[in-house]
Amino acid sequence: MNRTNRVLLKGNEAAVYGALLAGCECYFGYPITPASEIAHASARLFPAMGRVFIQAECEIASINMVMGASAAGKRVMTASSGLGISLKQEGVSYIATAELPCVIVDVMRGGPGLGNISPEQADYNQVVKGGGHGGYRCIVLSPGSVQEMCDLTMLAFDLADKYRTPVYVLTDGMIGQMMEKLELPEPRPRRMPPAWSLDRNVSADNWISSIYMDPVDLEETNRRLNRKYDEIREKEQLVEEFMMDDAEYAFVAYGIASRMARSAVDELRKQGVKIGLVRPKTLFPFPENALRKAVKNGVKQFFSVEMSNGQMIDDVRLAIECARPVALINRMGGNVPTVEEIVNRTMDVIKGGK
Amino acid sequence: MSEKIKLGRPAGFFDVFERRPGAIKKNMHYCPGCGHGVLHKLIAEAIADLGITHRVVLAAPVGCAVFAYYYFKCRSIQCAHGRAPAVATGLTRSNPDDVIISYQGDGDLASIGFNHILQAANRGENMTVFFVNNAIYGMTGGQMAPTTLPGQKTQTSPLGRDVLETGYPIRVCEMISQFDAPVYVERCALTSFKNIMAARRAVRKALQNSMDKKGFSLVEFLSGCPVNLKMNAHDMSEFIETKMTKFFPLGVYLDRAAEREPIVRAEMNYDADKIKSLLYPEEIQSELGDYKCSSPVFDKECRVKISGFGGQGVLSLGYILAILGKQRNFNVSWLPSYGPEMRGGTANCSVVFSKSHIGSPEAAENCDMLVCMNQPSVEKFLPILKAGGVLVYDSSTVKLPEGAAKDHYVYGLPASDLANHLGDLRAANTVMLGAIAAVMADNFLDDADKANLDTAMIEAVREMFAKKAKAADINIEAYKTGKEKIEFKSVPKA
Repeated sequence: MNRTNRVLLKGNEAAVYGALLAGCECYFGYPITPASEIAHASARLFPAMGRVFIQAECEIASINMVMGASAAGKRVMTASSGLGISLKQEGVSYIATAELPCVIVDVMRGGPGLGNISPEQADYNQVVKGGGHGGYRCIVLSPGSVQEMCDLTMLAFDLADKYRTPVYVLTDGMIGQMMEKLELPEPRPRRMPPAWSLDRNVSADNWISSIYMDPVDLEETNRRLNRKYDEIREKEQLVEEFMMDDAEYAFVAYGIASRMARSAVDELRKQGVKIGLVRPKTLFPFPENALRKAVKNGVKQFFSVEMSNGQMIDDVRLAIECARPVALINRMGGNVPTVEEIVNRTMDVIKGGK
Repeated sequence: MSEKIKLGRPAGFFDVFERRPGAIKKNMHYCPGCGHGVLHKLIAEAIADLGITHRVVLAAPVGCAVFAYYYFKCRSIQCAHGRAPAVATGLTRSNPDDVIISYQGDGDLASIGFNHILQAANRGENMTVFFVNNAIYGMTGGQMAPTTLPGQKTQTSPLGRDVLETGYPIRVCEMISQFDAPVYVERCALTSFKNIMAARRAVRKALQNSMDKKGFSLVEFLSGCPVNLKMNAHDMSEFIETKMTKFFPLGVYLDRAAEREPIVRAEMNYDADKIKSLLYPEEIQSELGDYKCSSPVFDKECRVKISGFGGQGVLSLGYILAILGKQRNFNVSWLPSYGPEMRGGTANCSVVFSKSHIGSPEAAENCDMLVCMNQPSVEKFLPILKAGGVLVYDSSTVKLPEGAAKDHYVYGLPASDLANHLGDLRAANTVMLGAIAAVMADNFLDDADKANLDTAMIEAVREMFAKKAKAADINIEAYKTGKEKIEFKSVPKA
């Protein structure tokens, strides 16, 4: 019987497929719309491979189960959305400080507060900037399609191991819920328990902790973590550039918003506007190099297209050191900007010279 | 199980506490008279005597025992406040042969992390919980604990614990022993020689249960905190034995390990072929091979909205179109309405086709085709159908308002009635699929696509019903009926 790697999946399911192909061994999570399909698919597929699936009693429990499994030497994943991620933040800070690898999928929904279940991108600050207490960062990947939900989830496991850090796959309700075709990659060989782990075959008395009572020790820990973040900034920036070669204007957009922004580029190019798109595939590290290059190559105005109150825009400004104006084109509350809206707002700014 | 008490430092401890910062490497950080030191010793002795130092992973709490990893010669992890049972769950599920100890104090276990201990107990996780109850917060400096006695003065109950304000001491053993899953629950006291010997037995029994994979064991230890309770050692013991035991009676609350079978967890499977057979679907042979649609209509985004009642197969109809896109090699996206709206009885989905980039997967504006299977859908979505777009509706459930859709191509057919006639109302959606095919052939497809249309559509239906041959046949019949019975209603007026 022939099998095909060409499938139609929801974004949420593709993340689970990617996790299993990457050798993920444990899933712990709590149901929340619009991320629940990740739990559904995991409940079905993980036990079929003898892997662990637990519906935890709460988000806090699930991230701490992740910590336990990661410490035990397993590849492990959890998923949630907005308010659930807020609850996980305590555990993420512990995991980042203890330098344990794990993958967290955040399928963003409308906020703040209970908000709604429609897609938004307003978890940017709480995910990209650290989110919990203390000076840590997590690597953050932002898929723009169902194919990337699979591919970037696989990459997330590799980066988590490489840097011993939590890695987020930051997506939204629309990419999570939508179905597209994708090509499934080949399964990876098993990742054996690392030497630092609490697997009994690698150590009799390893210990994992995030407490450093001596301020000198804790400062050194902070410095070590930040050297790691600098290395990540240097080596791991991922970006997709579209029509940027001759661009005088540039959209910066990630995830679902980048798809509308790309359609808007097509539309504006038809109207003679030399505009392109810089789509960050990593939000931490933020693709500063691509943006600085855009400035150097003649972009005179940037547009941060976001489904939030303007969160990524700060990173755009910092990346280009405010060398060019950055306008915000945004929708909130679960509304998705239409191509027409983006085009009109862009033309307003261009014509107004703002 | 060794009952012989050896003098000197138990082999479950490190000889020198190198992990402890500062100059003191031989002694523990606990205060004189503290129960933790006694309990640590009982545990260290037990894991050495039981020969399990290589099997033990200790999950340490936040509280005075936060530094337990300084001392025990085993693998250990320091957890967030109250979360040790969740971390321990991750540990035991990952490596089921390990013996997991969750070591917790009263604030950690019975206050901030109470849900975690209850849930881990109720899942029957294979772990041993050692619960130190000293009726006060030690590390943070003597505040009220969930187990503080009525009237007991603490930093945060300076006039004595008022039960009407702050409730009563929480009895953990009594609660946990009500669950069906745990196997062993006992309360001991770290006071007299007799009580300590009982505690020693309880420690070993609980660890034996974990070694035998019998499930969840919890031992509570009434313990002294002379510094924060402001008592000397003698008064401390008396307080525990006369006051605390009144609220927290000693004894075995549950012991059913003997009648429990060991927990057997699945072996993790790492076989690449097994993963592929799980995730990669069977390839469906296509008569058309790798045929790609060539009609120019797919050069740019073609946006379709399908809407009706939940249960009419609205989402499935969109899904069949998405399968068609996948099979015929153009980009396609399918987006359902989700959440409470879906559960409230109406359903809709967006399907976007294109040979190039698909921007928004939501057909929220400028729709090329609207498929309506109930009346509210017409009212809700007709405004997003662009001028010159196509409306296809089920005339058995929809009555088109007078003058509506005058800017559109309008097609109708009694899909539900036709499906009913075919013997399965659920096939109304594939009757609509036939109608959509006819509309496409009429207006948008080039000759090659027209010639291959039926085969392509039928192959999509077959993939949709891959495991249900009978349903596939009915739905293919429905497709043919829809394609034949579609009625052309009107063209754009303008």
